[in-house]
Amino acid sequence: MAANAAPQPPVRFDTHPDHYKHWNLTVDGAVARLNLEVDLHGGLRPGYELKLNSYDLGVDIELADAVRRLRFEHPAVRVVVVSSSLPRVFCAGANIRMLASSAHGFKVNFCKFTNETRCEFEDMSAHSNTHFIAAVNGACAGGGYELALACDEIYLIDDGSSTVSLPEVPLLGVLPGTGGLTRVVDKRKVRRDHADLFCTKAEGFRLRDALRMNLVDGGFPRSKWDERIGAKVDTALHARGGAGSEQGIALTPVSRTVTVEGAVTTVDYPSVSLRIDGDQRLAEITVKGPTEAPPADAAALHALGCESWALRAFRELDDALLELRFNHPTEGLVLLRTEGDPALVTAWDDALSGWREGGDWLAREIQLHQGRTLRRLDNMARSMFALIEPGSCFAGVLYEVALSADRSYMLDDPDQDNFVQLHAVNFGAFPTHNKRTRLDIRFLGAPETVTQLRSQLEPVDAAEAQDLGLVTLSPDDLDWEDEVRIEIEERVSLSPDGLTGMEQNLRFAGAETCETKIFGRLTAWQNWIFQRPNAVGERGALVMYGHPEKPVFDWKRT
Amino acid sequence: MGAIDYQSRIPNNVHLSDDRRLQRALERWQPNYLSWWQEMGPDGFQTKDIYLRTAISADRQGWAHFDYVKMPDYRWGIFLAEPDPDREIHFGDHMGKPAWQTVPGEFRNVLRRIIVTQGDTEPASVEQQRQLGNTAPSLYDLRNLFQVNVEEGRHLWAMVYLLHSYFGREGRDEAEELLARRSGDEDKPRILDAFNQPCNDWLSFFCFTMFADRDGKYQLAALAESAFDPLARTCKFMLTEEAHHLFVGDTGLERIIRRSAELAQLDPNGDARAQGGIDLPTIQRFINFWFSYCLDLFGSEVSTNAADYFGQSLKGRFGEAKRYSEHTALGQSKTFKVLKDGRLVDEDVPLRNAMNEVLRDDYIDECGNAVRRWNKAIAKLGLDFELSLPSRRFHRRQGLYADAHFDPAGNPISEAEFEANRDTWLKTESDMEFVRTLMQPCHEPGKIANWIAPPRKGINGQPFEFEYVRFA
Ligand SMILES: [Fe+2]
Ligand SMILES: [Fe+2]
Repeated sequence: MAANAAPQPPVRFDTHPDHYKHWNLTVDGAVARLNLEVDLHGGLRPGYELKLNSYDLGVDIELADAVRRLRFEHPAVRVVVVSSSLPRVFCAGANIRMLASSAHGFKVNFCKFTNETRCEFEDMSAHSNTHFIAAVNGACAGGGYELALACDEIYLIDDGSSTVSLPEVPLLGVLPGTGGLTRVVDKRKVRRDHADLFCTKAEGFRLRDALRMNLVDGGFPRSKWDERIGAKVDTALHARGGAGSEQGIALTPVSRTVTVEGAVTTVDYPSVSLRIDGDQRLAEITVKGPTEAPPADAAALHALGCESWALRAFRELDDALLELRFNHPTEGLVLLRTEGDPALVTAWDDALSGWREGGDWLAREIQLHQGRTLRRLDNMARSMFALIEPGSCFAGVLYEVALSADRSYMLDDPDQDNFVQLHAVNFGAFPTHNKRTRLDIRFLGAPETVTQLRSQLEPVDAAEAQDLGLVTLSPDDLDWEDEVRIEIEERVSLSPDGLTGMEQNLRFAGAETCETKIFGRLTAWQNWIFQRPNAVGERGALVMYGHPEKPVFDWKRT
Repeated sequence: MGAIDYQSRIPNNVHLSDDRRLQRALERWQPNYLSWWQEMGPDGFQTKDIYLRTAISADRQGWAHFDYVKMPDYRWGIFLAEPDPDREIHFGDHMGKPAWQTVPGEFRNVLRRIIVTQGDTEPASVEQQRQLGNTAPSLYDLRNLFQVNVEEGRHLWAMVYLLHSYFGREGRDEAEELLARRSGDEDKPRILDAFNQPCNDWLSFFCFTMFADRDGKYQLAALAESAFDPLARTCKFMLTEEAHHLFVGDTGLERIIRRSAELAQLDPNGDARAQGGIDLPTIQRFINFWFSYCLDLFGSEVSTNAADYFGQSLKGRFGEAKRYSEHTALGQSKTFKVLKDGRLVDEDVPLRNAMNEVLRDDYIDECGNAVRRWNKAIAKLGLDFELSLPSRRFHRRQGLYADAHFDPAGNPISEAEFEANRDTWLKTESDMEFVRTLMQPCHEPGKIANWIAPPRKGINGQPFEFEYVRFA
């Protein structure tokens, strides 16, 4: 398999609708339209053409940006119509040649990022009163249908030839694993035998069968398409309470300074810093708490735009996590730190929660954004240790960072103040992918502990935190340095694959949800299949796709 | 309906009278077919007696039986070329194994798609041509039009036979869909683009039968090599009928061209239009239009599907068995002219992936031969004009050359340059307007419109004056 051997420029996630190559975002009052028209020659990397509205990471970066902007810049939008500007084609899914020529880690990160955006559609539908309609006006295959699946409703053009399909298994020997399989049976509740037929039929189903199996919600002929989609938009708009009047804020690019010194790369943001140590295979992320109290009222929050601490810090953290995923694949352990005044963090939590309760959309969106960034953190295929040291501010929303880590170490030094602090937001504002709080997951076997903790909202020191189960270990000042060093050195010596698998198994205890299944199966099955000779061996299906010879399979099942 | 005499109603060599499954499928499909024919077949003339050829058996005597028949009474039959019980697969990855008499599950979807795509073109062309009877230049031409139409109808039957017999419920659904799509319809268009283009004048009709039916010939010939024996035999038999369609197109164009040269000679300014004919530059523009559209029908120059079809032994090259000695097509390549930074450079592609182009090559050669013959006819009349085929890169909507612009010689040019010359190179609204003014019916035996020469001989040994269509 041809991995990306040549050094590539780093992947960056800054873009703006004015610079989109592949998507066209238009907003008209309460209705936004996202039209896909992929630039054939606009791939992020050389070596493939993005035919038939197939996508690569570059296309998905724009989509993620568009969705983010819908939330913050166009909060009055209630209905989003996702469609294509290409004749007879909606979207052919992820570009096969791009996949075949990408290194394994890149593929996984690409699929994960793509799915996080799709989950964001669903998050918006559930919490931001925004309805998504997939207006599938042409052939819709693989990731194209997965994109449609992320929408609330799917309509397929009835032209006698357009189909929806998930052809990954029959054509490529891999899975429609970016949420496709799971959403078919879990979200759309397609009967499993129907799903089995669907996922093995490369050409997919036209409207009649697709409708019968609930793969779509309806369909219209081309001559009535615009009118009938328009009617669906009106219905959705009505159901969502009609047009809103919220005024958005502008999202300016995150400000990032990258310095490289030998094996050490530092990425500095105003409120976050990321330090990559290539020699130690170690990454360190520090989130700085607010330096000022929250503004006096919601109006003042709006006036701050995207520069309020609560939004800026989490946009930066989000960017740092993606930077780490895509541009620094070998740093397997992330040390998570915070810096600042815990009282200010909880003051922000208080303020945002209060405004959100009072119906302020921006406070709501900021908390939702914090929640999504924390879920991105949960999804890191890296080991994560939180280091809680004097001067830190693991309180409220930032305590979630410690809860997201695989382990937390808290310095117990009688001479220095060192606290963690819970806040009401830790009991519901930031659910993980399995729709529970991190505290609920942590204390799965002792739910009464969570109930008790609800009345423990004062700062707690290291000894108490350890007693309450809020941290893993609290070494004292004599042991701290050595203890932490040894733990780090041991961790970075273990098999990266073993660790990734282990961590993903341990992080999401309790009942599954659609989202945990998607990411869990992405991590396990899809990754495994993507590595197997039947997909990527010399004669594997993914490698042979587009080549004159046919794939050769090892027929043994496990 | 157990007592139907299938053999006389539906002439066939597939043992229809013993095949309950096929009978059941056809009993449902046939009434729908007939209503499709009434709705979308030739406009008018359905009650007229037409001197038509009907295939009543697959052997030498039976495949061309001539008689007067009303089109709705035409006996659309099901014929496959005679079987060879020892036939072996002779190309691709399955070479050397016995030919398949049933569909291998692995290739069910692919084969169905191939058959549906081919089948869709048959009714499509009938739909495209449905108005032409009203402006036929002679009874001879009128009859030829209807012959082509009923045979395209039979070709649909042939494809539907395969769908019904070998593809179960899905095959029956696809057979229904073949009757539901409509050429040029916004909502249910035919699958391929050239079959959604209007074909409302006789110059277009002859271009269509010359170029689009010839694509059909090459597709059928490639499928006649298929490892799936029923498909191979079906296509082989269809080719015998297709030959007449190509003859209609080739000689039709030749007669218009010859007449055009004659009229130009007659005219003091050498202007065929002034004499009520179609001038040669206009004919060239029609050729450019239809030829380039029909090149698209062969599919992308570099194609995964094409490689799969060959590798899977589903679709061979033209004359695979006779013209080639090496039948794996592995380890070989084909060179393409590819546009890089505004210049054409050579690029090698594995041969299997280039199979569409290999077929297109043979097609272009054959079209070129016809153009040379027409040019001889022009030269013979002493006129200094040469028709030509545009380059394969010119005016393409699909494949390697679709995103750029080329002149008829195949040189890369800018979009502005292309647009500036569009009306010199491609038929224009006013060309079509003009051609339409010439399209007046001539329905009297022995008479013919002014803009076309009479044929050199009639049908089945009958003279040109023969009453090919009875209006009484
Ligand atoms: Fe035909
Ligand atoms: Fe034909």
